[in-house]
Amino acid sequence: MSISLQHISKSYKDLKAVDDISFEVNEGELFGLIGPDGAGKTTIFRILTTLLIADEGEATVAGYDVGKDYIDIRNHVGYMPGRFSLYQDLTVEENLEFFATIFGTSIEENYDLIKDIYIQIEPFKDRRAGKLSGGMKQKLALSCALIHKPKVLFLDEPTTGVDPVSRKEFWEMLKNLQQKGITILVSTPYMDEAALCDRIALIQGGKILDIDTPEEIVKHYPKKIYDVSADNMYELILDLNEYEHNYSVYPFGEFVHYTDKRNDFDPKELIQFLESKKHKNITLQQTQTTIEDAFMELAR
Amino acid sequence: MKNINIIQVEDLTKMFGDFTAVNDITFEVKKGEIFGFLGANGAGKTTAMKMLIGILTPTSGEAQVANFDVYTNPDDIKKNIGYMSQKFALYDDLTVKENITFFGGIYGLSREQIKEKRCQLVEELGLSEVVNDLVSSLPLGWKQKLAFSVALLHDPKIIFLDEPTGGVDPITRRQFWEMIYKTAHNGTTVFVTTHYMDEAEYCDRVSIMVNGKIEALDTPKKLKEQFKVDSMNDVFLKLARG
Repeated sequence: MSISLQHISKSYKDLKAVDDISFEVNEGELFGLIGPDGAGKTTIFRILTTLLIADEGEATVAGYDVGKDYIDIRNHVGYMPGRFSLYQDLTVEENLEFFATIFGTSIEENYDLIKDIYIQIEPFKDRRAGKLSGGMKQKLALSCALIHKPKVLFLDEPTTGVDPVSRKEFWEMLKNLQQKGITILVSTPYMDEAALCDRIALIQGGKILDIDTPEEIVKHYPKKIYDVSADNMYELILDLNEYEHNYSVYPFGEFVHYTDKRNDFDPKELIQFLESKKHKNITLQQTQTTIEDAFMELAR
Repeated sequence: MKNINIIQVEDLTKMFGDFTAVNDITFEVKKGEIFGFLGANGAGKTTAMKMLIGILTPTSGEAQVANFDVYTNPDDIKKNIGYMSQKFALYDDLTVKENITFFGGIYGLSREQIKEKRCQLVEELGLSEVVNDLVSSLPLGWKQKLAFSVALLHDPKIIFLDEPTGGVDPITRRQFWEMIYKTAHNGTTVFVTTHYMDEAEYCDRVSIMVNGKIEALDTPKKLKEQFKVDSMNDVFLKLARG
């Protein structure tokens, strides 16, 4: 077991940020914490990286206890917090050298591990970190978190506010790191990234809603989902919300995801209802459940 | 109603030294339209948006926003638009009521107008129990919905939304979009940036900026046809690699 949490809780004054959370991450696993801002993701990261002491519960990382073995943990994990931890006034190369030095290593010693990532920013190695674009900062921060060859890598919302292209590249980098045997715990508010993890925990309000592989989480979803569309999507949403048999109505890209309360739902009835509301070019068909559907159902 | 141009941009360019942040962009936005303004980080979206809301003077080109010129009447533009961003929207240390009163005052509404708007807004958003609570104590999703309503207090012709739903939970994100739909339905133009590609699908038309230029502009349906892909995410991935 690479990471283990047993009944971890943490409150800030009246706010229970993490509420009796337990889960385990296997060695070499890419594990995702999926949830919105305020779910408790960052608190979990800070407890596991020994920056914050839990009120209750036990946790270990790479076999070390977060309480008494905190120095060992700090030597064996890499942590990339949500806000970049780089020194803005140091250059790209100076940042990397700094992190290598404080961990008692050198860039040369572990260059192989960071090569694929660092090579993309190496042409700018004399530029100050503060002057880098968001995507480049992200690559440098990841290189710095990896330079001491950690056993476990903690990435707190590495892709928040990042465009889809850079997000895709970032996940490709993570997959490569996983191949090198590093255990990765990553958090994200983007539900589509959940599918890229081996296992995920859906989290909201300090509690875990579900833990499993993305495929299994989708299978736990209890209803059939239908894609509905019509010319006027706004009116469509209003009318579907008014339909007495609706169970859930959520805009979902070019369609509305509709579920019905009844087990013997007949789509023709809904089409008739929408026709009576003067909708044009109505389409309705059953569709695949996504992680986001599962999340919304669990969070209801 | 949708045939009136509320934003008209022609050959708009902004340079910082040798660097061309926005390179000769031309487009128009119709009244009541939901216009998605997409692009990779660093593509020039923020610079373009700053010119349109009257806080950055273009290097060259023309732009009219709500019928006012960005060079000669930037202050009139500010009075006729609403603006909300993920980063700053409301004062955390003021209560819900105080925020509404403060922004109402800034927008030049009378006391009676502010009171009327406040009651309406609190009712619509279901905030009556927290009206005297500090904004900092509200969940992010509520804050964002409140910020959106506050940006509409003065009935602007256009509302600019800069990544309004970042980090918001999926249910609230959808409630937020229902508010956007309603606003556009009532005739206010919505100009929105987002990194959620499913949200791009909710827009009437979408433009995608790459390296300072608008490389694609059409309805989501037509863009998907044009690039022969199934989702806006794939359109974006095909284009934005630059």
